[in-house]
Amino acid sequence: MDFQVVVLAGGASKNLIPLVSKEVPKPLLPVANRPVLSYVLELLEQSNLKDLIVVVEGQDAAVRVGGWISGAYVGRLRVEVAAVPEDVGTAGALRAIAHRLTAKDIMVVSGDLVSDVPPGAVAAAHRRHDAVVTAMLCSAPVSGPSESGSSGGKDKTKKPGRYNIIGLDPTKQFLLYIATGAELEKDIRMQKSILRAVGQMEIRADLMDAHLYAFKRSVLQEVLDQKDTFQSLRQDVLPYLVRSQLKSEVLLNGAPQAEENGNEKVNPLKNQVMLSQILANVSTPSFHELYGLGTNGSTRRTHKCCVYIASNSKYCMRLNSIQAFSDVNRDVIGEASHLSGYSFSAQNNIIHPSAGLGSKTTVGPHCMLGEGSQMGDKCSVKRSVIGRHCRIGSNVKVANSVIMNHVTIADGCSIQGSVICSNVQLQERVVLKDCQVGAGFVVTAGSECKGEALAKKEK
Amino acid sequence: MEARRPTRAVIDPKVRHVGFFAPPANPLPGPNSTLLSGSPAGNSLSPVMIPPPRHPSDRSPAVPVPDTGLRRQGSDHVPVGSYNPSESLLSSSPAASSPSGRVGLADGEFSEESDGWYRYRRSGSGKYDLPLPDTTPEKALDYSAKSSAAPVLESKKPAHVSGKSGKAVVEEQNELQSSSKRPKEKTTKAERRALQEAQRAAKAAAKEGNKSAAVSGGGPPSKPVKQPSIKKDAPPVSLSIAASDKKGSDRPPEKERKKDVPPPRMQFDDKSRVEKAKRRSVVHQTEARNRVELFRHLPQYEHGSQLPDLESKFFQLDPVHPAVYKVGLQYLAGDITGGNARCIAMLRAFKEAIEDYSTPPEKNLARDLTAKISSYVSFFTECRPLSISMGNAIRFVKSRIANLPLNLSESEAKAAVCSDIERFINEKIILADNVIVRHAVTKIRDGDVLLTYGSSCVVEMFLLYAHEMGKQFRVVVVDSRPKLEGQALLRRLVANGLSCTYSHINAISYIMHEVTRVFLGAASVLSNGTVYSRVGTASVAMVAHAFRVPVIICCEAYKFHERVQLDSICSNELGDPDAIAKVPGRMDVNYLNNWSNKENLQLLNLMYDATPSDYISMIITDYGMIPTTSVPVIVREYSREHLFI
Repeated sequence: MDFQVVVLAGGASKNLIPLVSKEVPKPLLPVANRPVLSYVLELLEQSNLKDLIVVVEGQDAAVRVGGWISGAYVGRLRVEVAAVPEDVGTAGALRAIAHRLTAKDIMVVSGDLVSDVPPGAVAAAHRRHDAVVTAMLCSAPVSGPSESGSSGGKDKTKKPGRYNIIGLDPTKQFLLYIATGAELEKDIRMQKSILRAVGQMEIRADLMDAHLYAFKRSVLQEVLDQKDTFQSLRQDVLPYLVRSQLKSEVLLNGAPQAEENGNEKVNPLKNQVMLSQILANVSTPSFHELYGLGTNGSTRRTHKCCVYIASNSKYCMRLNSIQAFSDVNRDVIGEASHLSGYSFSAQNNIIHPSAGLGSKTTVGPHCMLGEGSQMGDKCSVKRSVIGRHCRIGSNVKVANSVIMNHVTIADGCSIQGSVICSNVQLQERVVLKDCQVGAGFVVTAGSECKGEALAKKEK
Repeated sequence: MEARRPTRAVIDPKVRHVGFFAPPANPLPGPNSTLLSGSPAGNSLSPVMIPPPRHPSDRSPAVPVPDTGLRRQGSDHVPVGSYNPSESLLSSSPAASSPSGRVGLADGEFSEESDGWYRYRRSGSGKYDLPLPDTTPEKALDYSAKSSAAPVLESKKPAHVSGKSGKAVVEEQNELQSSSKRPKEKTTKAERRALQEAQRAAKAAAKEGNKSAAVSGGGPPSKPVKQPSIKKDAPPVSLSIAASDKKGSDRPPEKERKKDVPPPRMQFDDKSRVEKAKRRSVVHQTEARNRVELFRHLPQYEHGSQLPDLESKFFQLDPVHPAVYKVGLQYLAGDITGGNARCIAMLRAFKEAIEDYSTPPEKNLARDLTAKISSYVSFFTECRPLSISMGNAIRFVKSRIANLPLNLSESEAKAAVCSDIERFINEKIILADNVIVRHAVTKIRDGDVLLTYGSSCVVEMFLLYAHEMGKQFRVVVVDSRPKLEGQALLRRLVANGLSCTYSHINAISYIMHEVTRVFLGAASVLSNGTVYSRVGTASVAMVAHAFRVPVIICCEAYKFHERVQLDSICSNELGDPDAIAKVPGRMDVNYLNNWSNKENLQLLNLMYDATPSDYISMIITDYGMIPTTSVPVIVREYSREHLFI
């Protein structure tokens, strides 16, 4: 279908600092004991998109991700892993691999997307309108559970960033305004021209940019070339395209005009004009065309920025914060269990056959127990993911938590709403509530933490 | 047309009667009467059918030539009414079927309506008939040398045509019967087999249900008369050659014709077929539940679910070319509407697809590409039922592909097809529109008030052009829910400085007082002069007719179709019923919310209607301004041109 897919997998993300490490870059963070990147790759594979470019920040991370992909997807996907320097931003990453982009349209997917929205739908909407950019929006997560399980201070700064102010036209097909909550100060500035052309704008704050875009390649490359300062797709490129949609600068020397010129050479000019008139007149005009026709006869160049709004029944989350990490983990073994790819037992949980449970230990629904993990007696696990080869003593309570691989938990611990990374050791009677424990950390016996990030000092 | 109608009315039943009863019941009066009535008509037809110089030579041993010509007509029409009996007869006793051949002939003369249709077919098949005269005279010759009875019979036939007495017929009958008995004793195995094969081929051919005359060559009813005689006397070898010849000559046209003729429309009230089609389809469609009884045979689906479903399959549909997919999506979403625009969009998608096409190894370009195009067409059909104009365009593309010279390289062939498509767009649509506009302008006088309905691109072009020419006139744009297409037209007209009145169709009888001419577009013009167009056109035309305002249809000739349709029920398109349930911009008008949950409520959103030719004063096409009665002429004379420009 002439689409090329770029997966922006990211690297060592700052937002997820205690969780990610040199060994586990962001794309390999486990979600229900599978790297988060696998969800995107499988989504694409389902859509028959098998030629991918995965862009990873940092050389080390790229090697790790590449190693994992080649192991897990050999023979299934043809993946090219490209390393880009850190902190170039998403736009910079695309700039770095621009020479590899050849297809007519490019689909850019964030590697931390966990979703079951078919990417084809976005591509189809893009093609249908012949748009310059199409963004996928999904309904922002209802922040109900986040109150209980959020780590107070940190979330306050991050929370507004997750929300977007999005302006749509009445048909909900075109993007008229977009700003992330973080950039917003007190007021929103709209352009009069757009507002006048459309007549009616719907402003919504309950939508989230899923970071899945379809770009017209020629336009994307032109924007990236001309605007050197653009760092991020979401914060720079997309708002720029949306802003300039009625006074399009990008297309002036872009491909579409060249195309037209080509046609005109073949056909008599007059016929061509008539033809386009026939086509334009009968199709339902969008406001772009109406505006483009203008009042004084001179045609103005416009381009279209479309949106695809995923239906509410679909699951769509981005793993871009610690909060999101535990949310996604909870959802994948809970309400969005079809994403995990595991088959659930009758009790609605997954316990690997090699896992061992002590007597009077209960594992509730929406839980997952990885391969080779051992649990002592009288434990209880609720809505949690426990990784591979963990050793858990007796009388341990785990609720709403994620425990990664090779974690040792001694007797009498209580873990609530926490994330515990690989190779962590919890000594006796540790009580953790809403904590993140970095990889390899040792929590001493009897300590009680609430809402803290525990990690080894960087060497 | 008017003059012809009564005759048809009188004769039609008779024809049918003859067709079913005459041959088996009593061979004597049947052929007799039909012959008598048939012969004058045969004469009147001969200018079209039989080249005059041949007539005198009919008396020579090469009788079969005109014979076949005449018989062919008979055979044409056999499928119309008298097909089955004659066929069964044929298999039992070839001789007895000879009257049925003639019956068919009579039949053919009188069914005027279908005449144009068949004639076109016939002329199309003309070249395939050529071999026949070549072979038959020889046979006739050598058989005339051998047997004495048969020549008499044969030489008598022309006499029948010019009005023979029943006696002769009886005689002939007897002779035929006797002669047909004779071969049965004589025939070798090979001969019988050849005969059987020929008959089978003919049968199959006739069964295709083609009005196609050309079956003629091997067609059952025309053959049998001749065949026995040939078989009798010609040496077995030549017979088998003849048989194979026959097959060779009419098989290929058969196939081609099959391609030409659209398969019978699917009736959507036929459950098993619908199930089958569903399994094949790309777009997942759930059928609407509350369907109007009268229109159950038309496809109607839940409109909400189609688009997301097709969208989500974007990357899975490998065989569909992206350009085709995009256009299909636009059809489905309603981004492209209007006959011309849809047709152009489709042709361009085909062009792009052909440009990107490469023949897979060990396949033939013509065949594989045709199959590809067919798959695209079925994809389009799933997105939205094809319009008649699109059907014509598809037929054109396919015939161009089928008729590619074999020695062309792949790139040349592709370029040839692409340029043909481009030419079709330019000549049949754009140039045609220009010509129509030129013609139409001559029909406006200063001070006219013109009424148009909906939004037709030709009418719009013509109004703008007339305005440019400085004609003084006023336009009334009549519109209707739910599409309100007229508003877009109105906007463009007003922007160009025309003085306009806008009204809805409810007010048509009030506004018609001041109107002096009505200009309408059409989705298609059918060969009985019926105009198939946006729903509402018929009422506008009818009101105009009642007010004695001339109704002028502007329609490109590529939209003409040989089909005959008397009402808008049997073939139509159903739109989204939600479109009429909802009033855009009025949230308070919600009485029909959740209508689909109500068992006893059905909504009907019909897309097209058929305007009877009585209400139409004139049709302006690219071939000039014609009355509705001349539509069959255009269809007959120029359809070939569509296919072979």
